[in-house]
Amino acid sequence: MAAYVTMPKLSDTMSEGTLVKWLKSEGDTVGMDEEIAEVETDKATMAMPSFDEGVIHKIYVKEGETVPLGATLALILEDGEEPPADADTPPAPPVEEGSEETAAAPATDKAAAPAKPASAAITPALSSGGIRVKASPVARKLADELGIDLSRVRGTGPGGRIVKDDVEFAPVGGGGSNLGLLPSNDGLTDTNIPLTGMRRVIAERLLESKTTIPHFYLNIEVDTESLMDLRGKVNQASLANGGPKYTVNDFIMRSTVLATAAVPEVNASFMGDSVQQYGEVNLSVAVAIPDGLVTPVIRSAQNKSIKELATELKDLAVRARDKKLAPEEMLGGTITISNLGAFGIGHFDAIINPPQSAILSIGTITKLPVINDANQIVPGQRMWIGMSCDHRVIDGAVGARFLSELKRFIENPFLLIS
Amino acid sequence: MASYDLIVIGGGPAGYVGAIRAAQLGKRVACIEKERAGGTCLNWGCIPTKALLKNAELYHTMKHHADDFGISFSNLKYDWEKVIKRSRSVSDQLAGGIEFLFKKNKIDYIRGVGGLAANGKVEVIDADGKSELHTTENVLVATGCVSRELPFLPFDSKKVIGSREAMNLPKQPKSITIIGAGAIGIEFAYFFNAYGTEVTVVEMVDTVLPIEDNEVSKTLEKSLIKQGINVMTSTKTVSADTSGKSVKLTVEPAEGGESQVLESEVVLVAIGIAPVLPNNSEQIKLERGFIDTDARYQTSVPNVFAAGDITGPPWLAHTGSYEAVQAVEGMFVEGHKPKQVGLFPACTYCHPEVASIGLTEEACKEQGLDYTVGKFPFAASGRALAVADSEGFVKMIFDKKHGEILGAHMIGGGATELIAEIGLAMNLEATAEEIEATIHAHPTLAEAIHEATSDAFGHAIHI
Repeated sequence: MAAYVTMPKLSDTMSEGTLVKWLKSEGDTVGMDEEIAEVETDKATMAMPSFDEGVIHKIYVKEGETVPLGATLALILEDGEEPPADADTPPAPPVEEGSEETAAAPATDKAAAPAKPASAAITPALSSGGIRVKASPVARKLADELGIDLSRVRGTGPGGRIVKDDVEFAPVGGGGSNLGLLPSNDGLTDTNIPLTGMRRVIAERLLESKTTIPHFYLNIEVDTESLMDLRGKVNQASLANGGPKYTVNDFIMRSTVLATAAVPEVNASFMGDSVQQYGEVNLSVAVAIPDGLVTPVIRSAQNKSIKELATELKDLAVRARDKKLAPEEMLGGTITISNLGAFGIGHFDAIINPPQSAILSIGTITKLPVINDANQIVPGQRMWIGMSCDHRVIDGAVGARFLSELKRFIENPFLLIS
Repeated sequence: MASYDLIVIGGGPAGYVGAIRAAQLGKRVACIEKERAGGTCLNWGCIPTKALLKNAELYHTMKHHADDFGISFSNLKYDWEKVIKRSRSVSDQLAGGIEFLFKKNKIDYIRGVGGLAANGKVEVIDADGKSELHTTENVLVATGCVSRELPFLPFDSKKVIGSREAMNLPKQPKSITIIGAGAIGIEFAYFFNAYGTEVTVVEMVDTVLPIEDNEVSKTLEKSLIKQGINVMTSTKTVSADTSGKSVKLTVEPAEGGESQVLESEVVLVAIGIAPVLPNNSEQIKLERGFIDTDARYQTSVPNVFAAGDITGPPWLAHTGSYEAVQAVEGMFVEGHKPKQVGLFPACTYCHPEVASIGLTEEACKEQGLDYTVGKFPFAASGRALAVADSEGFVKMIFDKKHGEILGAHMIGGGATELIAEIGLAMNLEATAEEIEATIHAHPTLAEAIHEATSDAFGHAIHI
C-alpha cells in the first residue's frame, strides 16, 4: 500500500527538521529501517530510517529545505503498485488547531506550502514553558513575510505586545534576507549566515545559562609531571601491544569522575525548590564539530576505567563529527569537561551546561621553572584547571574541596588505576 | 496661597482629564478655569451642538417623513427658546458632573484666569480682579481655543458670529451664511436648515468636509443640497458690508471670476480656531501661534507642559484628553514614556453623519500604497432600511499584501458610533481577516463594516 514518509519527531523539543541529504533517490528500493535521509533537528543531524518497504516513487522535499513535523517528505509504493492520482502533490501536513501561526495564516496558504520556519523556529522552548508571543495580526504577517522570529522581537505595544513597527525595525535573521547588508567600498561584503538548528540551540541554552545561573569561578594550578610520566609509560606499553594511545584528557576524565564521587555535592542540579544530587556520574564532554559543538555523555562513568572512558569518548567524538549521534546520547549529563589544552589555551572559564551545576575548563600543560621542596628552581610542568559553579548549588568551599580532590588525583595518578 | 504638585490651567477635556489623572496618581492638584468646568467641548462645542442636532433631526423627521411612519398631525410647531434651553441644560448638567469629579478626586477647583508667574508659581485673577499666587512643581497649560475671525469681518456677537453665539441665538435667523464647510460649519448648516432657516455654505476648496475621503464629502454635499442647503464650494469671501440690517458678503470663484453678493441676516464664521494663551506666557515658545511642546509635552519653559487644542491640530476633545493623560503620566509615573496622538477618529454629526479614521483613499494614492477598497451601501442593510435611514455607505481601505486596515470612511445614520470598532481594530493592528472572522450581530448597521471588508476582497454576500 502507498505510504507517505513524513518528518518524524526525532527529539523531544523538535518542531521542524531540515532535510540535509537524501540517501535514496526516486526509483530506489528501500527496506524497513533502512536509512533513507539525513535530517537535522534542533539537536543534531541524524539518519532517518524508513518505516515502510517498497520503492520510492516521489520525493517532495528538496535537500536543504526545512519543514515542520509531520510534513510529507516522500511517497513509497509497494513493488508494482499504481501511484495514487494525486501522487505529484504531497498531502498537507497536519496543523495543530489553534496554534498561533495557523490561526493567523490565511486559509488558502495552508495547503500551498508548509509553514515557514522563521516563527516556528524557537517556539518549542517557549511554548513548552507556556509562554505565548503577544503580537498584532499585522506584525505576525509582516514577520512571516520577512522571516523574522517574533520570539526574538521586543514588543513596544501595550503590555509588551509586538506591533508592526517593532517588526519593521527588527534585525532580520534566519530568513537569509540581505536587508541592510550593503557591500563596502573595497568590494568586501558582509554575509548573513542563517542559524542552523544546532547554533540556535547553542545560542538559546548558553544565553539562558549565563543570564539565569549565578556563575562563580575557581581556578587551580596542578602539577602534571607524574601524570605525564605515567601517561608516557602507559602509552609505550599500550602501543607495543597494538593498543590505543591515551590522551591527557582520558586521565582528566577519570580524575574528574573520582573527584566527583568524592565530593558528590557538585554532581547536582538546582530544581527550583530543591537540589537534586545524582547518584551516578554521567560525564558530558564538550566536542568541537565543524559548525558548533556537542556534549555527548558517558553514562555511569564512575564504573568505567580509563580505557573504557577513552574508548567510549573516541566513539562518541567520531560519531559527533559525522553527525551520527542520537539525541539521547547528548542528554542526562551531570557534570561537564571542556578541554582547550590542545589549542594551547592557558586557562579559561566556561559557561555551565544546564541543568548541570559545574563545568571544568582544562588548559594546556606548560613547562616552566618551578621551585621544588628543596627551594631549588627546577624545570616543571603545570596545568590550570578552571571550574564554573552554580552558586545556588555549589558554595565556594565545596567547589574548592572538589578542585583540591581533582588536583590530588591528577598529581597522584596511581590513584586512577583502581 | 497653597502649594501643589500640579496646577492645570484650563478645565476643558484636556485640563480636567489631566487633573483627574494626576489626582489618581496621588498628586496634589488644582485646576483653574475662568468660566465653567468642561471647557469649550462641554459648554460651547461638542455637547450642546449634539443636543441641538438631535432636536433638528427629530423636527426634520416629523416635518418631512412623519407620513412614512404613518404619523400625521396638522399643527407641527417648535419653540426655539426651548430648543436652545434643552441644549444649555445638557451642558449645565455635564459641567456640574465635572465639578463633582473634582471634589471626588480632591482637586482644588479655582475659578479665575490663570497665568504663569516666576519661580514655579501660578497666578489666578478672579472675577473681581483679585490676584492670588499658588506654588506648584508642574504646570499643565490646557487653555484651548476660541473661534477665529476673518480680518475683514470681525465678530460683533449679533450679525457676525462664531459657533459659540450660533448655538445660543435668542431668535432663529431667517437666513444665515456660513463661511467654512468643516465639521462646525456643516453641523450648523444642517441645524439651521432643518428648522427652515435659509442656509448658504461658502467653502474655499472644492468640497465640503475637505479633510474627509472625497467620496464621502461628495456624497454629503449631494445630500445637503437635496435637503435644501445652498452649497457654494470653490468659493472665496472677498469682502463684507455689515453697515445695514443684514450682512452683505461679496464672494467669487476661488479660481477667479465674476463675483456675487450674498445677503443674509447672520454670518457664521467657521474657518477655524485661534489659541487662548494663559497670562504671562511670553517666555513660552510658540509654533504658528500654538504652544510648541516636546516629546514629553513640555514647553520651552521647564516644568511647564501643555496639551489639547492650545498645542495645535488636531483640535479635538478626544485627542486633547489623550495628550493630557500622556503628559501627566510622563510627569509622575516613573519610566513612563509619553505617547503622541497617532490614530484618531473624526466625526461630523449632521445627518447623514460622517465618521472616519486612518488614511483617505486620496492619501493612499498619494503615498503610492498598494491598497484595495471595499464598500457597502446602507441601502443594502436590513437594519438601515428598517429604521428608514438608508442613506450613505461604509468604505474600508486595506493594504493588499497583509490586509492591514489603512482607513475607514462612513457616511450614514450611526456612522459616528460605528467608527469605534475600526478604531479598536486599527489600534490592535487587526487585518481584514480578523474583521471577517468577527461575527457581527444581525440586524445591525455594523454588519456594513463586515460586508465592506468582504467586498474589498471580492466576497461580500449581500451586494
